[in-house]
Amino acid sequence: MITWEKLGELTLQHLTLSLSAVLLATLVAVPGGILLSRNRRAADPIIAVVGMFQTLPAIALLAFMIPLMGIGSRPALAALFLYALLPILSNTYKGLVSVDPAAKEAARGMGMTAFQMLLFVELPLAFRVIMSGIRTSTVLIIGWATLGAYVGAGGLGEPIISGFAMVSPRLILAGGVPVTLMALLADFLLGYLERKVTPRGLQV
Amino acid sequence: MVRFENVTKVYPDGTKAVAELNLHVERGEFVCLIGPSGCGKTTTMKMINRLHEPTSGKIYVDGRDISTVNPVELRRNIGYVIQQVGLFPHLTIAQNIELVPRLLGWDKARRARRVDELLQMVNLDPAVYRDRYPRELSGGQQQRVGVLRALAAEPDLILMDEPFGALDPITRETLQDELKRLQAKLKKTVVFVTHDMDEALKLADRIVVMKDGRIHQVATPDELLRNPKDEFVAQFIGRDRLVASAETLTVADIMIRNPVAAPPHFGLAEAVATMRKRRVNSVLVVDEEERLLGIVTARAIERGIASHRTLGEVMETNLATVTPDQPVTLAIQRMLLGRLEFLPVVDEQRRLKGLVTNTSLVGTLSRTAEARGATA
Repeated sequence: MITWEKLGELTLQHLTLSLSAVLLATLVAVPGGILLSRNRRAADPIIAVVGMFQTLPAIALLAFMIPLMGIGSRPALAALFLYALLPILSNTYKGLVSVDPAAKEAARGMGMTAFQMLLFVELPLAFRVIMSGIRTSTVLIIGWATLGAYVGAGGLGEPIISGFAMVSPRLILAGGVPVTLMALLADFLLGYLERKVTPRGLQV
Repeated sequence: MVRFENVTKVYPDGTKAVAELNLHVERGEFVCLIGPSGCGKTTTMKMINRLHEPTSGKIYVDGRDISTVNPVELRRNIGYVIQQVGLFPHLTIAQNIELVPRLLGWDKARRARRVDELLQMVNLDPAVYRDRYPRELSGGQQQRVGVLRALAAEPDLILMDEPFGALDPITRETLQDELKRLQAKLKKTVVFVTHDMDEALKLADRIVVMKDGRIHQVATPDELLRNPKDEFVAQFIGRDRLVASAETLTVADIMIRNPVAAPPHFGLAEAVATMRKRRVNSVLVVDEEERLLGIVTARAIERGIASHRTLGEVMETNLATVTPDQPVTLAIQRMLLGRLEFLPVVDEQRRLKGLVTNTSLVGTLSRTAEARGATA
């Protein structure tokens, strides 16, 4: 029914799709969160709008993407990217605005430029919160990437969808088990990375 | 070193934080800005490193109009210490201290030398503390590091915003002593904001009392204690700290107002119990009209307890006394000449008003001396 080789190929596809989506979202949402923390009044409405993508059913969002971007991995990537934005954006914002005002005042009073403050004080202090946003997004996206198969993006959604159509639990499991393992593994690895990179002074 | 010329600061909501302020802080001078909250003292200080900008007027640091100086450059040359300390929790103590030198581009070896030198200055062993993180230090140690961080790049001018306000009283005093010691050695120009008059009196060369955004009085601690400008300043200082010299003090100022007294028919055993309870070693004997009849000491009771029963029988009646309005110097004279331990205070009708003892005398005089010592 499905070869190990095919499964490996789908897994790789799935992983690439998920990680690309998270990576793109991180590249957009972290700077976005930084900007929002400088314009707090704009933050709430913008986070609300980004949050709306989260409420759209994934299938509907994917369906919207097809007329815009055709089929294949591009529409899937675009949809997953939109899903991944919110946790990273809101955590970056929250992490930055909750940095101890005393540390910020000291930094400013000591003569750090705005950029130095961001780089040496604010981002390191917000790091954990930002990181946990990325982690949430990654786990979420690995699950949702299965839907990518509907628009021809491949990945582990393929055996699951075929399994549904053919009423084959084995096929469903062949897709479902690796997805679950991948999500768990990603969660574990990112958690480990987070602890490793957090300076000793911030560890609790 | 720092000069304010007609500086006014109005906040966007219209509150006038500082009005028409003129002040000159000399090089090497330790100036305390003091006043009730909302008097503009913190705003005044924060205008010096441009954390606040004046609405009008000019501020000069080292002869330069600071509105023409890049704020970042300006701040790197001014030490800054705040009440909440604001150490960076993700950096080690050494990294915290060397931050400004790093921004200024000092090389690594020079920074490391400076960190060790500074830690030693406040008796924190560099080998122990260098690589610790702020949260591993006590509040007092953290603020020591906060002060060191401000000193790190050897600025001539240091701003301190109630740096010891959040510490417990004992730690606060230790840090004040340390700062005083450091200042004696380093001779920095310091602008120190506080609302604690004890702190200002202890540390400052000059105290600037502020009220409603204006300078109310500028004086050395000594002048301030001797000549507070008005009731506001006097109250802020606290009546008990105002210096009165021994020459102007009267007996009434220093006497114990409710000495242990008893009628002559009082039993000796009862008298002993009362003396124990009040922790004194003498009882004044008075009649029903509070007129002084004599004094009984613990020693006299000891001698007389076998053969006598009441205070009246053992009291010493040949007493030197003073009146409340007589100068303290007279009381001192009498006590020294007569080798007296007590001097009862009575009015013209010989009614008992109080008691001067060796201890009350010494206590008062040393307090006046201390208040002067603090200003010396």
